[in-house]
Amino acid sequence: MIRLSIPVRQALAKLTLPVLIAAAFVLMLLGKADTVLAERARMALADALAPLFGVLAEPLGAVRAAADGIGELFTLHEENARLRAENERLRQWQTVALALDAENASLKANLHWIPDPPASYVTARVVADAGGVYARAVLLSTGPGTRIAKGQVALDDRGLVGRVTELGARSARVLLITDMNSRIPVILESSRAHAIVAGTDGPRPRLMYWPEGQMPAEGERVVTSAEANAFPAGLPVGTVHVAGGNVVEIVPAARLNRLEIVRIFDYGLHGIAPPEGQPARLQAADRRH
Amino acid sequence: MDRLPGIRPRESLGRRLDMAARWAFPASTTALLLLATAAPLGLPGQAEAQAAVALAAVYFWSLFRPAAMPPAVVFLIGLLADLLGYAPPGVGVLSLLLAHGFALRWRRLLVRQGFLLVWLAFTGLAIGVAMLQWALTSGLTLRLLPPAPAVFQALVAIGLYPALATLLTRAHQSLAAPERA
Repeated sequence: MIRLSIPVRQALAKLTLPVLIAAAFVLMLLGKADTVLAERARMALADALAPLFGVLAEPLGAVRAAADGIGELFTLHEENARLRAENERLRQWQTVALALDAENASLKANLHWIPDPPASYVTARVVADAGGVYARAVLLSTGPGTRIAKGQVALDDRGLVGRVTELGARSARVLLITDMNSRIPVILESSRAHAIVAGTDGPRPRLMYWPEGQMPAEGERVVTSAEANAFPAGLPVGTVHVAGGNVVEIVPAARLNRLEIVRIFDYGLHGIAPPEGQPARLQAADRRH
Repeated sequence: MDRLPGIRPRESLGRRLDMAARWAFPASTTALLLLATAAPLGLPGQAEAQAAVALAAVYFWSLFRPAAMPPAVVFLIGLLADLLGYAPPGVGVLSLLLAHGFALRWRRLLVRQGFLLVWLAFTGLAIGVAMLQWALTSGLTLRLLPPAPAVFQALVAIGLYPALATLLTRAHQSLAAPERA
């Protein structure tokens, strides 16, 4: 090691902090100028942690389930009564649905309806929250060799969860529909009006740009629209909740606060250009040939 | 090395390893705390708790054991926090470096004071850091973010500090003390 005199060493020690603060600003500029680099570093770390979190998720889930179970013991009676009533109602709906399904099948047979090709999907476990303070996202553990691409649609058993925004070798990040940067073209199911569901970082995204003079009704179902070619038509997003004033919120159909397993669907849609410049150009070239 | 007269144990390999482990204790436990708060615990406000833990640990060690929390280590912890917290890179680095500088600047005054004044100083720091992170994230994402998460982040940091400081004070006097090696 180089021997330095004490005053020089002291001066160097005093300089470290300002130099590193300057380096932090450089890092910010670098992260802004080259978003791919920041994303790669982040996904490399996520790749390393995803298996670890996947292993941890099992015992942690067991602990949470036990805690929930104790809480449920106290509301068992009311819960039972509620479920009985709901079951009664659903039984009526089931007969209606079966009749409609049969009618639909016969109509389609008469019309020589060409069915949509079934979409391929992979199922992945949610291993961690990947939102941070100012975003709403989850991290999936995907395992090597799974065919997931950016922009694919994530659904849980009840409805739309979000879209894949970042991809690593063993993990993927899904931006939820509640995130501030999420905008989803939707259709109000009964009025057939088009609108946009915009995330606010809160638990309920907002409905925006619905046609003038056509106030969405409370409890109306909201499904995705095929406009912009980013989503297939008809995926359940949620139900309308009028929050007072002119603010219309959406209660998401998916259980976004307790996601455990999601399905990533490949609908073969390329409506939204991927954020990296190069693949977009390549895909455009592919389509031309 | 040290030139003070006196009898002290031989510089054996085991003792040197012990010293190194004690020296590395603050930085490594801070990194581990960050990883633990990134784990899928399913707690509400976990993202805010992650930012709070990093800030509290860096503040505490910069104040009471600055030799074990040099600026370069603070930089690396900030980078880890940014990557784990999905913040724009550099935001956590800058705020933790500023917290480190703040602690060093007021060290002479604060170390001699009781817990309450140290906590009060941390309260000011946490509010400042939450505001700075909010402004920087807003600026870097070119979008005016809602201020509520920043307020919540500051409150979580202030609320978590006493519990964390109790644990860290114990470690400071036993595990992280190289003079006890």
